[in-house]
Amino acid sequence: MTATGAAPRPRVPAVLVLEDGRTFRGFAFGAVGETFGEAVFSTGMTGYQETLTDPSYHRQVVVMTAPHVGNTGMNDEDQESGRIWVSGYVVRDPSRVASSWRARRGLEEDLTAQGVVGIGGVDTRALTRHLRERGAMRVGIFSGTAIAGDAAMLARVRATPGMAGADLANEVSCARPYVVPAVGRRRFTVAALDLGMKSMTPRRMAERGIEVHVLPATATAEQVEALEPDGVFLSNGPGDPDTADLSVVRAALDRGTPVFGICFGHELLGRALGFRTYKLKYGHRGINQPVQDRATGKVEITAHNHGFAVDAPLDGTAVTPYGRAEVSHVCLNDDVVEGLVLLDRPAFSVQYHPEAAAGPHDARHLFDRFAALMEG
Amino acid sequence: MPKRADIRSVLVIGSGPIVIGQAAEFDYSGTQACRVLRAEGLRVILVNPNPATIMTDPEIADATYIEPATPEFVEKIIARERPDALLPTMGGQTGLNTAIALHETGVLKAYGVELIGADADAIRKGENRERFKAVVEAVREKIGHGESARSVICHSMDEVLAGVGRIGGYPVVVRPSFTMGGAGSGFAHDEAELRRIAEVALTLSPTSEVLLEESIMGWKEYELELMRDKNDNVVVVCSIENLDPMSVHTGDSITVAPAMTLTDREYQILRDIGIAVIREVGVDTGGCNIQFGVDPATGRVIVIEMNPRVSRSSALASKATGFPIAKIAARLAIGYTLDEIPNDITGETPASFEPTLDYVVVKAPRFAFEKFPDADRTLTTTMKSVGEAMAIGRNFPQALNKALRSLEKRDAPFAFDDAGGGPGDRDRLLEAARRPAEDRIAVVMRAIRAGAGREELFEATKIDPWFIDQLFLIKEIADELADAAELGPELLAHAKRHGISDAQIAAIRSVSEDDVRRTRHELGIRPVYKTVDTCAAEFAARTPYFYSSYDDESEVAPRTRPAVIILGSGPNRIGQGVEFDYSCVHASFALHDAGYETVMVNCNPETVSTDYDTSDRLYFEPLTLEDVLEVVHAEQQAGPVAGVVVQLGGQTPLGLAQALKDNGVPVVGTSPEAIHLAEDRGAFGGVLARTGLTATEHGTATSFTEAKAVADEVGYPVLVRPSYVLGGRGMEIVYDEERLSAYIAESTEIGPERPVLVDRFLDDAIEIDVDALYDGAEIYLGGVMEHIEEAGIHSGDSACVLPPLTLGGETGRLRASAEAIARDIGVRGLINIQFALAGDVLYVLEANPRASRTVPFVSKATAVPLAKAAARISLGATIAQLRSEGLLPPRGDGGTLPPDAPISVKEAVLPWSRFRDPSGRWTDTLLGPEMRSTGEVMGIDSIFGTAFAKSQAAAYGALPTKGRVFLSVANRDKRTVVFLARALADHGFSLLATAGTAEVLRRHGIEATVVRKHSEGPGPDGEPTVVRLIHEGRIDLIVNTPYGADGRVDGYEIRTAAVARGVPCLTTVQALAAAIQGIDALTGGEVEVRSLQEHSRRLTAAR
Ligand SMILES: Nc1ncnc2c1ncn2[C@@H]1O[C@H](COP(=O)(O)OP(=O)(O)O)[C@@H](O)[C@H]1O
Ligand SMILES: Nc1ncnc2c1ncn2[C@@H]1O[C@H](COP(=O)(O)OP(=O)(O)O)[C@@H](O)[C@H]1O
Ligand SMILES: [Mg+2]
Ligand SMILES: [Mg+2]
Repeated sequence: MTATGAAPRPRVPAVLVLEDGRTFRGFAFGAVGETFGEAVFSTGMTGYQETLTDPSYHRQVVVMTAPHVGNTGMNDEDQESGRIWVSGYVVRDPSRVASSWRARRGLEEDLTAQGVVGIGGVDTRALTRHLRERGAMRVGIFSGTAIAGDAAMLARVRATPGMAGADLANEVSCARPYVVPAVGRRRFTVAALDLGMKSMTPRRMAERGIEVHVLPATATAEQVEALEPDGVFLSNGPGDPDTADLSVVRAALDRGTPVFGICFGHELLGRALGFRTYKLKYGHRGINQPVQDRATGKVEITAHNHGFAVDAPLDGTAVTPYGRAEVSHVCLNDDVVEGLVLLDRPAFSVQYHPEAAAGPHDARHLFDRFAALMEG
Repeated sequence: MPKRADIRSVLVIGSGPIVIGQAAEFDYSGTQACRVLRAEGLRVILVNPNPATIMTDPEIADATYIEPATPEFVEKIIARERPDALLPTMGGQTGLNTAIALHETGVLKAYGVELIGADADAIRKGENRERFKAVVEAVREKIGHGESARSVICHSMDEVLAGVGRIGGYPVVVRPSFTMGGAGSGFAHDEAELRRIAEVALTLSPTSEVLLEESIMGWKEYELELMRDKNDNVVVVCSIENLDPMSVHTGDSITVAPAMTLTDREYQILRDIGIAVIREVGVDTGGCNIQFGVDPATGRVIVIEMNPRVSRSSALASKATGFPIAKIAARLAIGYTLDEIPNDITGETPASFEPTLDYVVVKAPRFAFEKFPDADRTLTTTMKSVGEAMAIGRNFPQALNKALRSLEKRDAPFAFDDAGGGPGDRDRLLEAARRPAEDRIAVVMRAIRAGAGREELFEATKIDPWFIDQLFLIKEIADELADAAELGPELLAHAKRHGISDAQIAAIRSVSEDDVRRTRHELGIRPVYKTVDTCAAEFAARTPYFYSSYDDESEVAPRTRPAVIILGSGPNRIGQGVEFDYSCVHASFALHDAGYETVMVNCNPETVSTDYDTSDRLYFEPLTLEDVLEVVHAEQQAGPVAGVVVQLGGQTPLGLAQALKDNGVPVVGTSPEAIHLAEDRGAFGGVLARTGLTATEHGTATSFTEAKAVADEVGYPVLVRPSYVLGGRGMEIVYDEERLSAYIAESTEIGPERPVLVDRFLDDAIEIDVDALYDGAEIYLGGVMEHIEEAGIHSGDSACVLPPLTLGGETGRLRASAEAIARDIGVRGLINIQFALAGDVLYVLEANPRASRTVPFVSKATAVPLAKAAARISLGATIAQLRSEGLLPPRGDGGTLPPDAPISVKEAVLPWSRFRDPSGRWTDTLLGPEMRSTGEVMGIDSIFGTAFAKSQAAAYGALPTKGRVFLSVANRDKRTVVFLARALADHGFSLLATAGTAEVLRRHGIEATVVRKHSEGPGPDGEPTVVRLIHEGRIDLIVNTPYGADGRVDGYEIRTAAVARGVPCLTTVQALAAAIQGIDALTGGEVEVRSLQEHSRRLTAAR
């Protein structure tokens, strides 16, 4: 146990201001100051460390629906990247201690150290209901001396850019290529485009004998081809898929290299196939989402973190520039397309997170499917 | 692919009487299952001998058999009904055991009945600890996680003793196979303890099998609730963390949902193991509960056990999440898959998901040790609690504080004022906190207040440091409240957000609770109500299932129809159990049908009343004045409120009546003033005087001198008790002055404000219970019950029969008396009156101006829904009106049943086998004026003997029809026993007796072998004592009525041996007389079974 000690009351006041003018009051949690981003809510009851360090949350202010956050502190193993990415953090009851045999630090310690502005003591359920009804929107958190008059704070929120049209991959991608070696015998080589990839993803591949060459988001089709990969992997990541460059995907499809995309990577594959992507009203963010595999009828409980989705016909086969495609997976809550598969070429993708972290392991076998595709 | 077409009728086995470890949660689950199956168009056949359940209401199943859930009786039902399938997973351990027995004896096969939900193999794999270890091993091989505690299976004491070394030495856990609620299990720290525990365990296990296991005391304990469908889709419905670490039974632990102290990584490991276990065990369609121990230092996971059925935890998980496990399990059993079943709460999304919570749920157990003063109060692997309360809050402190005040025990909520001196000595408190006990959390809080540190508290209790910090947080808020110059809005809101009650704040600040409330309301600090919606607000919820929190936004929707708020009965306890929930649920149904919007307030997760389907709105809230006033306020904001019903939930809501009225809340039905007339002994004396009825000679006293004066005047023996109690709490028959003095000295409940009542004790009187409805003008006699045991044995513990066997001529007198009392008090609704007939004098023992424990029994026995009628009368309907509507019969009542009406017997079930004293001896089993039964069963038949025999079979196992009877009776019973002994001899029983009893029998020409008393020890040639004979299984029936002080020890040894061996033991001659009639019936020919619907059709036709 690391006891960070009880923060004394009264705590530094903080205010959360939504772009439609609704405000919530609470106290500063983490760094004191101001921050902006897109307000989204996440319904996972475990896995805040993974969420915070997931690059897909870049530029988002995450509202936790679970009231107690930080109970198990922060450890050195569960980081999904080298830093916290959320631009702001909203909780109801932050923990005062970190209790876990793996904990190294308290959550608030990390937030403060990394300058992440958060707010505690908020009626997070009211806020979540608001976002559910009105949709994801811009938000600002102001604490300490950053607190100003309501109108002034609202104006500052409205002056920030929205998520639609945001091209963020470059901001979160690795600066230089690196290799994650296969565990045991190397069976395949994969070029993985890092659009905001979580660290669990290459690990899941490596476990299956895949040597993963992680490339920056700026990598060109030629750079990928130079690796002579057995497969191309398109990672998750933040931002609007409409802004993304499709040349790497298209090149891989043209060559017939097996392609596997997750989340943002799925949206890219969708676009490469000629489907439209669109912004969901309030996204899927949680680790309890039922996704049905349309081929087997089986339902998996999966981890989601997406604000955009692919618009593809649920039934029947669509004809795309790369042959016939089908929607392979669908979310049973709202019929959102959760997976695509090409029938004539070795490519498939899912909108959700088979690497989990955080979340259930039900969909891990998709990495086996990728390996099988590469096997031919 | 939806529902199976090949199943058209299903037999559901209920769990039988409420016992420790198997309680009202099975009524909740079973009711859900039956309703769902019926809604699917299946014919539902139900067997459950427990009348106090909603599931045994005639509307819930097509054919309801209030018959013993034993293999013999269930076979008769199968033969009659020929169901296609049997659903064994709704009736707890009873359901599984009966189903397995029917499978093994080939009955199911012979009648072509398929086990659905879980097949025999899955049940055995889950329930047999040895086979389950193999399951865990297989899982470990597949996924690399999970292991079992080291253990050895033993079938004899020698194997047990030899086994200790093989699992690494003491301490060890001893656990019998195939028992529920951990009956017979425990920790052994040395050989003596091991011998003692293992001996009992070997006896209790139906397969004489015990598991000796390595102890992992102090590890974190978790539970997962899982569901699986036939397509192998699996979801985890809920995780539950035990605040009390391993060694305290989950049923006795404070538990929290969701898990609070696991990272996602560790949680997913438990989830992976859980899924692999359910697959490996092969629960194809349905739910199961899996328990884990997690080493707090390393995260190593041990799988403790799994239950392949719905359970107490699944009921809790259903209430905690809004995901109705039993309902969905029933659908899965008949062929649906999870994705085909809608989530009721959202209406749009499917059941194939995992609920996510944006609140915290805390369950706290309720114990009844005060009823069993000799019992060992240390909490261990055997469940000892009799009920539980659940609370929902937006954080853990709020939920915990709400749960503790929901328990309705004076000492349960944290105390911060030092009225009783300081918190105590830090070191002593730390030492006390090591021992798990009912009040451990309070001890921990006191230790914190006395300056104990976090680490030392963790070391002493192994309670997770996160929980300990939350307790520190609560304590810090209490300090702030104490130190603040005034109660400012920020501090007050902060305290309320953490669940500190107005009463607690008042105590801390030495002001009145009303003052705190007034200040709070002036500052506009009131709770809002949030919805339990399964999805943390991701989707809109359709079901108004609320809990309070101090937050910004309320979700209570406005309404136009007038609302009636029904106050439930809180946690189950001895004296106030599921019967009261039954009445509340009926009120809700009846008032909904009458056009009201029904609003239920209750905090008991086991019950049907807290199913979100039962009422139009549900508030899962404590039943304290503060919490109820806030609910009333919220509902008054939402629309018109016709009133609050306090009459049906037992003493809990009744106790709030006056205060609610004082706060301007409309209380419907019998007024608080009228309630006082019945409840206050002095006032009630006035009622009896005005109506010319007879009370026993009595007086009240606040000191020994006063008590002695009363006793001298009315004569010994006297019955003494504190005023204002339920269930005969603290009640005692006192035979002499010495004991009277001791009683007054021992009783803590007595003081100038709380006098003790001294009554002449009526010897040899017949006790009679009457339930009646009164509407201000007319009386409807619901039923007259004649007790089998004489007055002096609490009505809740006594068997009774309806219609009365020997009181036919008294009905007129009883009706007139009941009417006079009801009129004088001013009852509007139900009243229960207890009479005692001594010689020719009819005494009135007491009147309860509310629904009584016997309402469901009477309703079922006479096919009239009394609680529904009472609810309607409370809101202004008349008996005449209800007769014309058909809710009451057109003419006649429960006092004028047709001559061929069925005979119903109610028998009480006592928890003797649960309690042992600290040295391991069982507690005595004598009945007295203090109620100690946990539940009841009903036997119904056309003749008394058969009805009684059925009640015995349902409660304790069948009466023997041959073999050896041991008799040992008190002098005063010796005359009566002669005839009874002769009847037994005529049935071919061989008789054994102690010397005195044998002599009396011999003089009457009845042969009885003399056996040695326990106090005499074995004879010169090794002749065994009776106790030895019982232990060796050589006695089939025991008759032992208590006699004077010298016989007490012998009696104790005999009765406790009977408990240990499970031999039927009768402790009154009246019970023996009834048993003989039962034996007559059993040997006289085939015992038939008949459904309640058939009984009631006949009754209606004859009316
Ligand atoms: N090996 C053990 N060491 C310490 N405590 C144990 C052990 N096994 C079980 N327990 C405790 O005993 C309780 C009851 O055991 P369990 O196997 O769940 O029996 P039941 O069938 O009665 O629920 C558990 O909840 C746990 O707290
Ligand atoms: N005067 C009496 N003589 C004999 N038995 C009595 C007398 N008064 C009460 N009892 C016995 O004590 C039991 C409990 O008393 P009662 O007044 O009904 O208390 P409670 O409120 O707990 O039901 C009764 O059921 C009855 O058997
Ligand atoms: Mg258990
Ligand atoms: Mg009574």
